[in-house]
Amino acid sequence: MVVEKKLKNYIPIVGEEVIAQLEQLSRALAGKIIVHINSTREGGGVAEILERMVVLMNELGLKTYWEVIQADGNFFQITKKLHNSLQGWEQDFPKNWLDQYMEVNEANAQKFKPLLENADFVFIHDPQPLPIIYFFPKRKGKWIWRCHIDLSQPHRPIWKQIKPLVELYDASIFSLVNFSQPLNHPMYIIPPSIDPLSDKNRELSPEEIDRYREEFNLDPQKQILLQVSRFDRFKDPIGVIRAFKMVREHQPVQLVLAGGGATDDPEGGQVLQEVLEVAEGEEDIHILNLPPESDLAINALQRMATIVLQKSLREGFGLTVTEALWKSKPVIGGEAGGIKLQVINYHTGFLVNTPEGAALRIRYLLEHPELIKQMGEKGHKFVKENFLLTRHLRDYLVLMIGILYGGRNLIEL
Amino acid sequence: MAEPFRIKDCALVTISTGASAQNLREFCQLLQRVPVESIYSHFYEGLLRFSFDDPEFRNDFAQWAKRALHDSVLAERLGIIDPHDYPTLEHLREALVEIVEDRLYETRYIPWARRGEEFYFLVSQTVVFDTGLVARSPRQLAQLIPRLSPSSIYYHFIEARRRLENKMDDFTFWLQSFGDEYQELVQRLSEIEYYFCSLSELRDRLARAFAPWQTGSKKRLKEKAR
Repeated sequence: MVVEKKLKNYIPIVGEEVIAQLEQLSRALAGKIIVHINSTREGGGVAEILERMVVLMNELGLKTYWEVIQADGNFFQITKKLHNSLQGWEQDFPKNWLDQYMEVNEANAQKFKPLLENADFVFIHDPQPLPIIYFFPKRKGKWIWRCHIDLSQPHRPIWKQIKPLVELYDASIFSLVNFSQPLNHPMYIIPPSIDPLSDKNRELSPEEIDRYREEFNLDPQKQILLQVSRFDRFKDPIGVIRAFKMVREHQPVQLVLAGGGATDDPEGGQVLQEVLEVAEGEEDIHILNLPPESDLAINALQRMATIVLQKSLREGFGLTVTEALWKSKPVIGGEAGGIKLQVINYHTGFLVNTPEGAALRIRYLLEHPELIKQMGEKGHKFVKENFLLTRHLRDYLVLMIGILYGGRNLIEL
Repeated sequence: MAEPFRIKDCALVTISTGASAQNLREFCQLLQRVPVESIYSHFYEGLLRFSFDDPEFRNDFAQWAKRALHDSVLAERLGIIDPHDYPTLEHLREALVEIVEDRLYETRYIPWARRGEEFYFLVSQTVVFDTGLVARSPRQLAQLIPRLSPSSIYYHFIEARRRLENKMDDFTFWLQSFGDEYQELVQRLSEIEYYFCSLSELRDRLARAFAPWQTGSKKRLKEKAR
C-alpha cells in the first residue's frame, strides 16, 4: 500500500531548509527514470523505506518505480541461506542452488526488461535480486547495488561466487563503512532511515496506545520491556527471555516479544515455535506474532514500553533501534552491526553481549527513572538530526548527481 | 558596486576508498597513498557527517588514535593539526606521516585496533547548489546568516578556504570588495576559531559577529557600544 505523502508535511519536523535542499537537488535530476527492485512488498526495513522513498522521489519530479521480484518458497529458502552466509554463517551452498538463484532472477529480468532498459538509475536492493544485472549486458543506465546487510565477514566460499555479480554494478551502497568489502567500483556509505510520518512512527494519542494495551492484554500496572523484530535466531529472542527471567526475580515487569514474518524469510515460523515453547506457561511473557499491517500496533507498543531491547547477535543497521530512540526510549542492544552506532553507553542506552548483561542494564535503568528520561531525550534528538527519511533521500539524490557528473569530488550545479 | 552575494548550500555523500588500517603501521602506509581528498575529508567533512557526541578531537585521525588505539600521545599530536596551516594538502600529508612515523619509532610495540574498529579511509562527493537567497549588501547578509543551514555555513566559511587564494572564506572575500568600509567586520570574522566549533556553533558565532551590521549605522554604534 502506498500512502500519499507531501514533502511539506515534513517541515514541522525537519524544518524548511531541509525540504528546500531536497527541491534544489532534485532539479538536477528532473525527469530521470529510477527503478528500485527488492524481494518483498511488505515486512522488513527495506520495504518500509521503499514505500515512502518512492512516493517522495516522485513528488520531487523523478519518475520512480518500485518492483518486487516474483519467486517461490524454494527460492527464498535458498536466498535466506545466502543471506545468512553473507552475514558470516558457515554453510554449504550447492551448485544447484546457485543455478536456481540465477534462473529465478533471469525470469524476473525478462519480466522487468522494458522498464529496466529505459531506466536512468536502477537500484537493486540486497542479495535476492542481485543477479538481475547479469541479464542486461547492454544496459544504458547506471546500476547500483544497495546492500542493507552486514557484509563485513561473509562466508568466503559463498562470497567468492557472489562478488563477480556485485562487481558488474556501477556502484554499491552500504549502510556502514565497516559493512563493506573491497570492490572494483565506488562504495557509497548511506545509513538507512525511518519515516516520522508513517503509522509506525507518528505521534499517537494516549487513547490509541491504551487501546492496544487492552487488545494485547498487557498489565497496565507493570512496566514493559519490549523487543520488536522478526522471529530470527540472529535477533536472539531466547536470550531476551532469559534476561527477562533474571530481571523478574527483582522487579515486577512484563516482556513483549513482537514480531512478524516477511515473505522472503521462511525460517520465521520455526523460530517462533521455539520461542513459544520457551515462553509456555509464563503469563508475563507476551509473544505477539503480528501481521504485516501492524505498524500502528508496533508504534503503540514502542511508546508504552519503558525500555526497548534489540539484543541481536548479528544485525544490519537495526532500524527498530532507530524507531525506539525516536520515541524517546532507552535501548539495550547487542554489540552488533549498526546497533553499535546508535546505542551509546550512558547516552542512549547500553550495549550488551549476554543475557546477563542485558538483565544487569535493565535492572540498573529501572532503578534510575531519571536516566531513562534523559537517555530518551538524547536519542530522539540524535535520530532527528541523522536518521530521518529526508536525510536518506538527500543522500540518494547526491549519489545520483555524483554518478551523473562522473564521480568528481566537488560538483557545482 | 560589489556583485550580490549568492547564498549557496551543499550536500555530501560519503564514499569508502576501500582502504582500512588495523594497526598504526598499516595506517602510516595507507596515509602515504590514499587520495589526498581523503585526508581533507577526515579533517573537515566529518562536520557534515553524523555523530552522536561532541568528539574529543576535531579530526578523525586523532579520534581513532584515542578511541581505537588508546594512544593519547598520538591523538594529542594529531588533534592539534589544522590543515589550513599548510600550503597544500600534500604538505599536510607529509606532516601527518612525520608525526605517525615518529610515534612508531617511539613506541616499543605497534598499537592495534580491535576487529570492527579499523580506520576506514573515506572520501566525499559534495554537490553545491544555489539556495536562491541573495544578499545585496552586508546588512542583508548579516540578516541572512542566522537562517543559513549548517551545510551552507560549511560551504561558505570552511570549504571556501580550499577554493580561494589566501585560504579566505567567502564572506571575507566578498566584504573586501567594499574596500575598507567593513574592515572591522572582516577582523571579527578572522578571529573566529572555526576549527573547534560544530557547524551550528559556528553559525551562532558568525551571527554574533555580523549582528551589529544587521541594522542601520546609528543602531550599529549602539550595538557595538554594548
